[in-house]
Amino acid sequence: MFDWLKEIINLLSTPSISFTLLAVIIPFVFPPTDWFEKWHRRLGLHHLWSIRGGWGLFGLITAFLVFGFFDENFGKILSKPDNVPIMMLIYFVFFFVWLSMHSAYANDARLARGEKVEEDYGPDEKVLVWPDLVYIELTALVLMTVFLIIWSVGLPAPLEEPANPSLSPNPAKAPWYFLGLQEMLVYFDPWLAGVIFPTFIIVGLMALPYIDDNPKASGYYSFANRRVSIFIFMFGFLALWIFLIVVGTFFRGPNWNFFGPFEEWSIAKVVPLTNVNLSEYVWVKLLRIGLPSHWLVRESVGIIMLLLYFGVIPVVLARGKLRGLVERLGPTSYALIIFLALAMVFLPIKMYLRWTINLKYIIAIPEAFFNI
Amino acid sequence: MNIEQEESGAASPIKRRRFFSWLTIGWISFSAAAGGFLTMIIRFLFPNVLFEPPQSFKVGFPGDFQINEVDERFKQSQAVWIVRTNDGIYALSTVCTHLGCTPNWLITDSKFKCPCHGSGFRKSGINFEGPAPRPLERYKITLAEDGQIIIDKSVKFQYEKGQWDSPEAFLTV
Repeated sequence: MFDWLKEIINLLSTPSISFTLLAVIIPFVFPPTDWFEKWHRRLGLHHLWSIRGGWGLFGLITAFLVFGFFDENFGKILSKPDNVPIMMLIYFVFFFVWLSMHSAYANDARLARGEKVEEDYGPDEKVLVWPDLVYIELTALVLMTVFLIIWSVGLPAPLEEPANPSLSPNPAKAPWYFLGLQEMLVYFDPWLAGVIFPTFIIVGLMALPYIDDNPKASGYYSFANRRVSIFIFMFGFLALWIFLIVVGTFFRGPNWNFFGPFEEWSIAKVVPLTNVNLSEYVWVKLLRIGLPSHWLVRESVGIIMLLLYFGVIPVVLARGKLRGLVERLGPTSYALIIFLALAMVFLPIKMYLRWTINLKYIIAIPEAFFNI
Repeated sequence: MNIEQEESGAASPIKRRRFFSWLTIGWISFSAAAGGFLTMIIRFLFPNVLFEPPQSFKVGFPGDFQINEVDERFKQSQAVWIVRTNDGIYALSTVCTHLGCTPNWLITDSKFKCPCHGSGFRKSGINFEGPAPRPLERYKITLAEDGQIIIDKSVKFQYEKGQWDSPEAFLTV
């Protein structure tokens, strides 16, 4: 029963397909331009942020999880105590995205009618920190503590055998909040995916107040006034972080192979993969002259490609589409923004290169422990 | 008190020059004390005793190892795989070169597969799938006088540095 449905879902969950679907859907759900906005309305996607749409999405997610719970294989993953936070994450991400978009659309409609936004109570209305805010915080703190105690008593952390460096569990999974990083590590060298990219994420988030000079929608929800920023953030957050965590939790099984949600986690699953460096593609397969002995010559193609990517694209964009942005922000802020944006887009590019042509590293210098 | 008085030092109980020498002494002793504490803290990071099995150990006679088999007997205790091919024997490190997990030997696929990020290595130790940037390391392997194999983990041979050609990286039998 429902086997055909499970097969379809398994197929759609393959990272290359599911990521592509997500990347295509996100600009229609959070439209950054007029063209996407037109189709957003035409496809009726703005109803997602109505109250009825919210309940509909909630029902859809819950129905899928209940359906999955009764499946032999997916049920095992869903009922694992370790994965409870991921279930909460799915609902929380959905709820807060829905809440903010719902409020933003309500405010946009008010602003379009020439009314004040919902959060604007006028200059005389104010809420005191003491006692109003502090009481709310105290209540939240007590409730959260109660919740954590009930959770930890109800689902105790599993005690496993003493750590043994010669025995890695299979699959060996990081804590849930690191599973996005672990998924990135599949595509990148450890120091890049484990050190450089997380630093970029943190530095980029810290730089947001300096990057985003838009005074509109400050202190109240609004989508129309900052649709490009919201689209970029949502792409980075949903597609490059939440999605990777969900893939790492639900879809990675023994030997870190990919498994569909309704597929059995079999250790014997064989996925034939032979990853090839860019240098091998160029020197061995294309030119047929063998790898040059010096690493600088060997990796010159990759180095040039990366220099073009990070050096030429910003200049071309600055002279073309993003001319207005450069004039408004100045060259330094522009350079910072475009570098962070290109670094962010670099992750899906590398993922696609791995999925399509089994590319291992664009630059591979194992002699100096430097791989990109 | 005006500036001239202060410069002549007539009104202050400590002369300007003396003040500076005291200041110098103070700073030197402060730096010495801080440096001493820092040294002690850094020293504290390193253990006094390290319980490790000896880096060099005997694993048996060459005849104990089957041709074309990966011997996993010393994986648990010494983190070494011993592989015998038609030509000889070599010792592979069980540490994945990506992030240091321990791969598993999959006999059906004839490969080492890491459970953490999916790196795969051939029986020779060469990396061919997943993110591992370089092959598994080999250890020094020699014959003792009594004919047993000695593996010395303090000497490593890395393929990407061309060290696998060394006679100590491969025991011809």
